[in-house]
Amino acid sequence: MPELSPKRHEPTGDRLRRYGIQGTVLAYVVVILLAPLLAMGWEATTTARDAAGTSIDLDSMTSAFGRSIALALIAGLANGAIGVGAGLVLVRHRFIGRNVLDALVDLPLAVSPVMIGLGFLMLFGRDGWLEPLVDEVGIPIVFAFPGMALATLFVTLPYTVREVVYVLEELGTSEEEAARTLGATPFMTFWRVTLPNLRHAVGYGVVMTVARALGEFGAVLVLGGSVAGVTQTATTLVHDALEERLDLTAYSVAGVLCLVSLVLLAILEWIGTRASTEKKTWTSEQPA
Amino acid sequence: MDIRATGLSKRFGSFQALADATFEVESGSLVALLGPSGSGKSTILRVLAGLEVADSGSVQFAGRPADHLDPRERAIGFVFQHYALFKHMTVGENVGFGLRARGVDKATIAKRTKEMLDLTSLVGLADRYPTQLSGGQRQRVALARALAPEPKMLLLDEPFAAVDAKVRDELRQWLRRLHDEVGVTSMFVTHDQAEAFEVADRVLVVNKGRIEQQGSPLDILDHPATEFVARFVGDANVLDGHVSNGVARAGLLTMPVHDSHFEGPARVIIRAYDMKFITAGEADAVATVRRIVPLGDQVKVEAKLDDGSTLLARFPRRSSLLHGVGPGTRIRIDVTLARAYPREPDAPIEIATEADAPEALDARAPLADDTVSHAAL
Repeated sequence: MPELSPKRHEPTGDRLRRYGIQGTVLAYVVVILLAPLLAMGWEATTTARDAAGTSIDLDSMTSAFGRSIALALIAGLANGAIGVGAGLVLVRHRFIGRNVLDALVDLPLAVSPVMIGLGFLMLFGRDGWLEPLVDEVGIPIVFAFPGMALATLFVTLPYTVREVVYVLEELGTSEEEAARTLGATPFMTFWRVTLPNLRHAVGYGVVMTVARALGEFGAVLVLGGSVAGVTQTATTLVHDALEERLDLTAYSVAGVLCLVSLVLLAILEWIGTRASTEKKTWTSEQPA
Repeated sequence: MDIRATGLSKRFGSFQALADATFEVESGSLVALLGPSGSGKSTILRVLAGLEVADSGSVQFAGRPADHLDPRERAIGFVFQHYALFKHMTVGENVGFGLRARGVDKATIAKRTKEMLDLTSLVGLADRYPTQLSGGQRQRVALARALAPEPKMLLLDEPFAAVDAKVRDELRQWLRRLHDEVGVTSMFVTHDQAEAFEVADRVLVVNKGRIEQQGSPLDILDHPATEFVARFVGDANVLDGHVSNGVARAGLLTMPVHDSHFEGPARVIIRAYDMKFITAGEADAVATVRRIVPLGDQVKVEAKLDDGSTLLARFPRRSSLLHGVGPGTRIRIDVTLARAYPREPDAPIEIATEADAPEALDARAPLADDTVSHAAL
């Protein structure tokens, strides 16, 4: 209905103000978000053209990507599961120190990953507090894959927990109570009622976790050392390749990481839309 | 299954939700827990279901102590205020959930689910999701789900609160018929007296975590045991007065009181339908008619007494009492039935008014909706 269009009777001043705000936001997003990505894409393609025929270290690349994907999967699985547990504890349980735990969960968002890497180094490295334990067990932490996994787990901890907490608070307990009065055991209530209600939150959280794990740089660099073929990840490879002026390698890896990010972003959007349409149809028909 | 609750008390932080609530429910009856919001009626239901544990007191089902039982061992069906349907399951799966939880075989579940859908007029909706249903349908799914495992007791928390007025009316009638058909001992929570009286065999009036009175709807209406019940039930005018020799005086009004055996300061309660307004000459007149509000088959008449207080009365629309009565008419008032309850000499009438907003948190506050008093006007 064109006659209801907001522009119809809008005073000129209001319209200018609206365009002004929209324009500023748009310009900001373009400069801050899109321009660097476009520049990188452009550079990557032109470099690839110029450097056609020059060597590219495929072995390092596949091993770095393999390591990054492994780290992302470990973080997604472990922090997905821990996220559900921690979310339930934070929302449903009341205990001394709950507020502290609640704040601690957000710690990785506030602390620089480099410092996290350094912290683990202090803990497990030479003369670290837990060095004797590491020696005893025989699993290498510093400059080794297990250490990088630990650092990634730390950095990606908050994502699923936050999503789960938010949804659990919205959800309330009445569906679970209904299941109990219907004779369900706590186990059945969790698997058949609680978890299905959390599926969007967990999906969203895990995808965010994976995206963050793939992009992690500082912590894995400090703790892993980025040794080619041993502890190098996709992101540290980009860094190392740039240092060594292997532009083609750097841009190719960065380009692939970029594509993966776009795919993950699309998945997040898709989950978000599904979750919100479900919520909308539910609440819109729910009488006040 | 008959229920006996003795001395139930429950505190949430500083809020006393239940204070020594004691009552009995006869097997097979349909009982309403009636009270204002915050009176503890939902807590009673939740304690019976095992969803809350009382701080003290005990519950017996069919003569056996039930306090230690988990909700799933209590053989109850619970209908939640907002239904609490499982959103990710179809109607059929929702209804079958209780049987599945009890390990019943698939064929029996399918058969029983179909029976329940027939009973609740939901045939053909088994494959829908709760989001695709209307409020009334969701409510019936919740009932079907609660009844499917054949509970010995059905508990309903404000079952009609979340649907609109017309659907609510149908659901009430339907619940009554369903109860007569299934015969399961049922208790429902409501703050709506019309609902309680229309649907229930017995009514428990709850106030401040206590049972004020339990009885048939007629008992509660005609023989309110406490001042609270007299004020909560029916449209009541509340006046401060004095009783002696079975006669109450409140301002300009003098009237015989019913059912009271005390002398002294009193709170006098007059139902809106227990008065006659009669046009009178200046010699007899005590009040002036202010407003006449038609309400379908009834008329609400507001009169201001010469001492400043206001009374609300209801008359049948075509009542002969209304001949010649209009705004400004001078009248005398004939109180046909009044009740009086002892009052501390200086206690003010506690009624929530707009100037008195914090009182809205008080358990008595909802009185402002249901009763009529000079203070509330």
